[in-house]
Amino acid sequence: MQNDPLVIESGDVSQPFRYAVGSYGSVFLKELKENRRFLGVRCPKCHKVFVPPRRVCGECLVEMTDFVDVGPLGRIGTFTILRYAFIDPETGEQKPVPYGYGFIRLDGADTLFQHYIDIQDESRIRIGARVEPVFADQRKASIRDVLYFRVIDETSDA
Amino acid sequence: MGKRRVAIVGTGQTLHRSHRPDVNGQELIHEAVRLALADAGLTIADIDAVVIGNMDHFEGINAVDCWSVDGTGGTLKPVIKLTTGGTTGSTLAIGGVHLVASGMFDRVLIVGWEKNSESDTTGAITTAFDPVWDRLVFAGAISGLAAEAQAYMARYGATDRDAARVAVRDRRHACNNPHAQLRKPITIEDVLASPMLADPIHLLDVCPRTDGACAVIMACEGVAEKLTPVPDWIWATANRHTYTYLGDVNWGELDSMNEAARELFAKAGIREPRKEIDVIEMYQPYSFAGIIWIEDMGLVERGKGAEYIWSGATDMGGELPINPSGGVIACNPIGATGLIRCAEAALQIMGKAEARQVPDAKVAVSTGFGGCMWTDMLLHGRKKPDF
Repeated sequence: MQNDPLVIESGDVSQPFRYAVGSYGSVFLKELKENRRFLGVRCPKCHKVFVPPRRVCGECLVEMTDFVDVGPLGRIGTFTILRYAFIDPETGEQKPVPYGYGFIRLDGADTLFQHYIDIQDESRIRIGARVEPVFADQRKASIRDVLYFRVIDETSDA
Repeated sequence: MGKRRVAIVGTGQTLHRSHRPDVNGQELIHEAVRLALADAGLTIADIDAVVIGNMDHFEGINAVDCWSVDGTGGTLKPVIKLTTGGTTGSTLAIGGVHLVASGMFDRVLIVGWEKNSESDTTGAITTAFDPVWDRLVFAGAISGLAAEAQAYMARYGATDRDAARVAVRDRRHACNNPHAQLRKPITIEDVLASPMLADPIHLLDVCPRTDGACAVIMACEGVAEKLTPVPDWIWATANRHTYTYLGDVNWGELDSMNEAARELFAKAGIREPRKEIDVIEMYQPYSFAGIIWIEDMGLVERGKGAEYIWSGATDMGGELPINPSGGVIACNPIGATGLIRCAEAALQIMGKAEARQVPDAKVAVSTGFGGCMWTDMLLHGRKKPDF
């Protein structure tokens, strides 16, 4: 039985999900947009600095209120280069493969910040490499206000 | 654990293929259920409750508990859905243990299934991650696994050749398993020459997409021994979740497995896992995990995983065979995958694993991986637990 598939189309529609980023997330994105500044938050108990900032330290289960500056420079914590084509479900468009996927440890932070890494020279991409953010000219209070991070020094002594 | 002892008394697995257009979801589920009932010598009338799960969002159909009763036999019975991402299958097994151990039900049917051919896996997995902070650069399961592999390699100097040795092992083991989707051996050179998906992961380092289902029947002490001469007794279960955002992960180690293994072995009084465990069915979605996670499980010291793999210790006939079934790298119907690990461990204990049987297996471990670097574990034994 080799028949044509039954096609069910949903047409040209959008799916308008609205997510709350929370008050701490809002402060982070506002600072990023207006001052190109990265904010973390410190746990009063374990003293870990979390990026993105969130109100509760999950491990200690205590509220955090102590905002601290982190970055803007950092080091690559780990990374990969995505090389297989796939559709981004957020946009319905193909992701710009290949692209660098980096986990950046911003100076002063204990967690990692995910973003694109510039891969023009792949030989410079390594764990521990020093990176800086490249900002968008028109910033909209979104993660995309940072276009990507780029390696400024590949020596990996941290 | 609850007060009652629990055993697996029957298992069933479908024909697993990359595409099963010959059946719809209910029919696929029914294949596994029918086989498990026959294996346990039961009819659906004997089943007190059904636990079912798959990956929500995968096939574009949610609420599987509602629409699958024709396939599960759950009509007018208690049906409970569990869905925890990649760990779904193993969470189903742990849920089944809890339901029987608690005294709520005597005979529970557990079903995991997936038709990956009908899903956009990467798109659906993305919906498990934070829309604001995680999704911009996230690229499905492979992106996180690649980040783990890079961090491990930088720390311990392991290579993609070491990982390829794991893929070669599992694909060779799969040749003994009629349920495996990929039953053709591969070489290290094949793995290294296959396309790079996300550095350092090659195509042949990762699991395939599979349509398939698995069913397992659990019974309480008193019932189990009457149904089968060698029940698979569940000695312990453990489950760990680690973080909220991907950037919080301690990349390069699997903290959730480290903690779960510690708890699992303590509950069963296991002090030297390498000597005391006879076989492991590990939910290992890519080859590098075969090196990294045996360290997290405490089988070998940090940084010694590759050496242990190369020694042949985890091959069939070795000190501690891992994945006699061929594991996830040979077959991966995601919502069923964790339950298949559990079923395969049960087959080993019950002595029903045929060509993939580890001789005289008395203690087995099955694991589940998924969610956001989460771990589930079960410890299986031929001996009745002494707790």
